[in-house]
Amino acid sequence: MEAAIEKTNKAQLQKEMKKQQRKLMLKRLLRSRMALTGFIILIVATIITFAAPLITSHDPLQVDPVNRLQAPSADHYFGTDDVGRDVFSRVVYGIQESMFVGLAVAFVTAILGIIFGLYSAYYNTLDHIIMRINDGLMAFPSILLAIAIMAALGPKTVNVIIALSVVYTPLIARVVRSSALVIKEQTYIEAMKSMGGSSNRIIWRHIAPNTLSPLLVQATFVFAMAIINEAMLSFLGAGIPAPEPSLGNILYDGKNVITKAWWMTLFPGLAVILITLGLNMFGDGMRDILDPHSNKSN
Amino acid sequence: MEKKEPLLQVTNLKKHFPIKNSFGFTKNHVKAVDGISFELYEGETFCLVGESGCGKSTAGRTILRLTEPTEGEVIYEGKNIVDYNPKEMLNIRKKMQMMFQDPFSSLNPRKRIGTILEEPLDIHGIGKPKERTDIVMDLLNRLGFQADQYYRYPYEFSGGQRQRIGLARALIMNPDLIICDEPVSALDVSIQSQILNLLREIQDEFNLTYLFISHDLSVVRHIGDRIGVMYLGKIVETGPTDQIFQDPKHPYTKALLSAIPSPNPHRKRERIELNGEIPSPIDPPTGCAFHTRCPFAMDICKKETPKNLEVESEQFVACHLYTEEGAKEKEMTNA
Repeated sequence: MEAAIEKTNKAQLQKEMKKQQRKLMLKRLLRSRMALTGFIILIVATIITFAAPLITSHDPLQVDPVNRLQAPSADHYFGTDDVGRDVFSRVVYGIQESMFVGLAVAFVTAILGIIFGLYSAYYNTLDHIIMRINDGLMAFPSILLAIAIMAALGPKTVNVIIALSVVYTPLIARVVRSSALVIKEQTYIEAMKSMGGSSNRIIWRHIAPNTLSPLLVQATFVFAMAIINEAMLSFLGAGIPAPEPSLGNILYDGKNVITKAWWMTLFPGLAVILITLGLNMFGDGMRDILDPHSNKSN
Repeated sequence: MEKKEPLLQVTNLKKHFPIKNSFGFTKNHVKAVDGISFELYEGETFCLVGESGCGKSTAGRTILRLTEPTEGEVIYEGKNIVDYNPKEMLNIRKKMQMMFQDPFSSLNPRKRIGTILEEPLDIHGIGKPKERTDIVMDLLNRLGFQADQYYRYPYEFSGGQRQRIGLARALIMNPDLIICDEPVSALDVSIQSQILNLLREIQDEFNLTYLFISHDLSVVRHIGDRIGVMYLGKIVETGPTDQIFQDPKHPYTKALLSAIPSPNPHRKRERIELNGEIPSPIDPPTGCAFHTRCPFAMDICKKETPKNLEVESEQFVACHLYTEEGAKEKEMTNA
């Protein structure tokens, strides 16, 4: 009987504690104005991504030569392009494409980066091999490397993700490695060894969680850079293939008629700027929020 | 004390860290631990004392094979654990635990106290998760914690509390031997005594043997049964605590003890002051490592390493003042 009561108490306590933690996180997110702004921009971008068919009334691929290069109006919010496609729909689907590519790249690089980073920090010999390959990849200008990979693989959305992942994995691996190197020397890691914890347990259960906040911050930045670079690749024609809308190739189509149709470059340009800005602000804010030591000040 | 089998016997243990030049070739060695030997008997507290950098912490870590020994034997319950493979070592680690100096970096900041304490049980596959929680709760209770502190994070605790958590982590496996690496040197004096008294209480209750590493002689006097004085990677004197405090034999021990402030200002004491710095462990002095700073140094001290001699019962000293060769030279200079 008593034991049962104790057990429910324990469960309640635990729930209470977790609730408190979550409240604290949210509080700090709300307090930081920058992080909040970034967060709101991201939420809007996410909504646009998922609700793309609902908020657009035109097919982004529908050509309508009669109504080409029309200025923004009630029917075409962002006007039409040089073959009469609705720019608003194209921008919305472009955002969808960009968000997808950015998120996929951030995800893939985070996973690969944490694996390479942790193992190279933990094992000395592996470190030399992985980090030299890393140095090699980082020595290339990122856009050049991406173009080279795209040229080899051919223009396709999946290939954009692969190319950008190759470009940005070294960046994350570096960040993870450097913070893992610090954590590796902490006494609690030695304590784990003294208790007989295996290397994999130490790496994944003790070092990995402590590298998570720099990793997340870096991953948001990679997310932002992937969006810019995807736009850049598509602008150069090495990214997402032509009829498919992407922020980069809308800009490309717009540059020929920039004097006649400013709306074709302004809106996709703004979208790229706002999303990257939002991601960067959010990433900066996250850095402060995720630090366990900043809990003390509250 | 009658002679019984030691629980842990360390023989000629050495740990040399290589120094590499920029091409990766070994240039030299830091002789952090340079051939120490001592025994630990069940239920006692053996203290290793010495100034910082003398290799006492490295000795503790090498015994647990957190760093691999360069040479020597660590015999635990009659078996040399230096040759053990990782699997065999895992079993030994259940019985030998370690308590660390820094209460702030010894607990993972992202884990709850309960999780930290359950981890050793998880590693050794003891109990189901629920049983583990109960074991941990019991132990926390025993060490004076509240039930809700099980769910707290390390940053919510003070240094003394964290040190108690560190002790709990060492105790959870119900070990025979705990290596305490300066467990109180990072704490306030009032908290120090609290932890030391707790260590003593626990010692009786759990039938523990301590290898206590410290630089603080007053702490050592309080807790130690026997002490070993280390200088530059070597043990220069071992013996029962009271005996050494009353009648130190080695000049280095004398110097250390004479540096303890006395509460009675009128008491006259023989003061031995040491000049100079502790020599580099990369290139330790020949012969007796202490001869560069020893006020009684003779010629032979520079040439020959003194043997460890039992000068009084249970009190071993490695110094030429007590060896035959040293006595000969003394006679010669006097004559």
